[in-house]
Amino acid sequence: MSNNKVILAEGLTKMFGDFTAVNAITFNVEKGEIFGFLGANGAGKTTAMKMLIGISNPTSGKANVAGFDVFTHAEDIKKNIGYMSQKFALYDDLTVKENITFFAGIYGLSKNEIKEKRAILIKELGLENVTNKLVGSLPLGWKQKLSFSVSLIHNPKIVFLDEPTGGVDPITRRQFWELIYKAANEGTTVFVTTHYMDEAEYCDRVSIMVNGKIEALDTPKNLKKQYKVSNMNDVFLKLARG
Amino acid sequence: MKRFVGFIKKEFYHIFRDRRSLFILFGMPIAQILLFGFAITNEINNVEIAILDHSKDATTKEIINKISASKYFSINEFIERESEIENAFKKGKIKAVLNFEKDFSKNFIKEKHANIQVITDATDPNTANTISNYVNAIIKQYQKELNKDVTIAYQVIPETRMVYNPELKSVYMFVPGVMTVILMLVSAMMTSISITREKELGTMEILLVSPLKPSQVIIGKVFPYIFLSIINATVIVLLSIFIFNMPIHGSLVLLAFESVVFIITALALGILISTISATQQTAMMISLMGLMLPVILLSGFIFPISSMPLPLQFISNIIPAKWFIIIIKGIMLKGVGLQFLWKETLILLVMTVFFIGLSVKKYKIRLE
Repeated sequence: MSNNKVILAEGLTKMFGDFTAVNAITFNVEKGEIFGFLGANGAGKTTAMKMLIGISNPTSGKANVAGFDVFTHAEDIKKNIGYMSQKFALYDDLTVKENITFFAGIYGLSKNEIKEKRAILIKELGLENVTNKLVGSLPLGWKQKLSFSVSLIHNPKIVFLDEPTGGVDPITRRQFWELIYKAANEGTTVFVTTHYMDEAEYCDRVSIMVNGKIEALDTPKNLKKQYKVSNMNDVFLKLARG
Repeated sequence: MKRFVGFIKKEFYHIFRDRRSLFILFGMPIAQILLFGFAITNEINNVEIAILDHSKDATTKEIINKISASKYFSINEFIERESEIENAFKKGKIKAVLNFEKDFSKNFIKEKHANIQVITDATDPNTANTISNYVNAIIKQYQKELNKDVTIAYQVIPETRMVYNPELKSVYMFVPGVMTVILMLVSAMMTSISITREKELGTMEILLVSPLKPSQVIIGKVFPYIFLSIINATVIVLLSIFIFNMPIHGSLVLLAFESVVFIITALALGILISTISATQQTAMMISLMGLMLPVILLSGFIFPISSMPLPLQFISNIIPAKWFIIIIKGIMLKGVGLQFLWKETLILLVMTVFFIGLSVKKYKIRLE
């Protein structure tokens, strides 16, 4: 495996009975890249992602994530990736501080590391005044940013974001993408699924899934050129409608 | 290990910050045991009765004195006519009327035969039965005293002895049952709710993507409840010893061991419920309908299993609570040891293994 390919998928397939949810997808993601994983609801994005993060076994094909095989080394993959799901997933009844401590703890950080990381994170997000407030009392935008930062707390090689900006106002979305850029600049690979086509424009490369297959994969610029349209929305509509 | 400690700490935050679960955990056991111990009882005490005495002579006076002297009855009113009986009952205060026939003493002495009619309010059949038994017993006792010097030629005197609970205290019967209900409630319902809560919030997914193994997540979730259930069991036993003077004839160590076995069975059931329900609501409904009702109705806690129809008797065998109630009644009241209870213990252990196996299977299917 070449050094700068952090995700390699080859003919990755997932069947549920007779139904092929993910149909032999092949792609790779480079280190430090922001990779947009697009598709309509039910196109198979989430299933594909679940195979990559080691919580769903592929039916056939090959995949290598962060240098480990998804079939044989799912546990090693888990140590090297971060994950943020479409549902906001911190504990509402725990304080900001307790949430950070808990998630850092389950990734095996030592007490001193946790303390250090927590201080940096709280400062960066400007949460100094609310460290001892319950997360449930924070506005959604803050929670989402906190959730993203928590998913990066163990310095993962890759962070998987499953529709991270659902239900967030445009300003917060903007700030959220700034965090994503920052993480990518620091060398973390970002694998993100989204519904917002303007967000697709922010990605280095995007893939578009239709009915379990990857129908297009390129930079947003090239895709727009290829389909002779002016924005990603139109690319998506052309593909999704067939 | 360090990860595990962090996980447990988080679980305790969840529990202690949720008033509802705190109430179920600590308020319920105490409230239930006190309720069952004091309010819900099969014994009768100070039941109010009315007397209709047509003779008003020495013998009836003596019998009435005997009755009012006992702690079971207190005389609420004296009525004069048969026609007032109905009215006396309708007022609702009295539960029984004793009706002495005319010329009671005369009949008693001359003809050696006199009649008392005992009329009881059978809207509550159990109480009515108990009252009439108690009245009979008091009168028999009186007769015995009168016949002290006389020997009757042929006489059968059944001498009954109630063993294991000689005073027939109903609290002895309720404590094992309440303990079973509470442990079931705390262990099975609370764990199933707490696991489904993580599913509902989406945090379960995050935990599964983390390096924690699924088994670690589940053990981390149930561990605090083992601890809390043990505290609950201890509180219940202490309450029954110190407030209700209930004796523990058997070994406390064995009692503790059996309680832990039952707690684990209930936790396994809770885990199983959490694998088949997607939301906290469903988990709660399944726990209440599927666990609490059978535990209360079919386990022998309130209604004796031997008097149930055969199909229900059969069903009662698959209810873990039934076996646990047999075990703790055995230890607490009869003082028996493991040599008599190994069969029931084994049944609980087999059930536990079965529930865990089934949950693991369900869990795997879900992950696929």
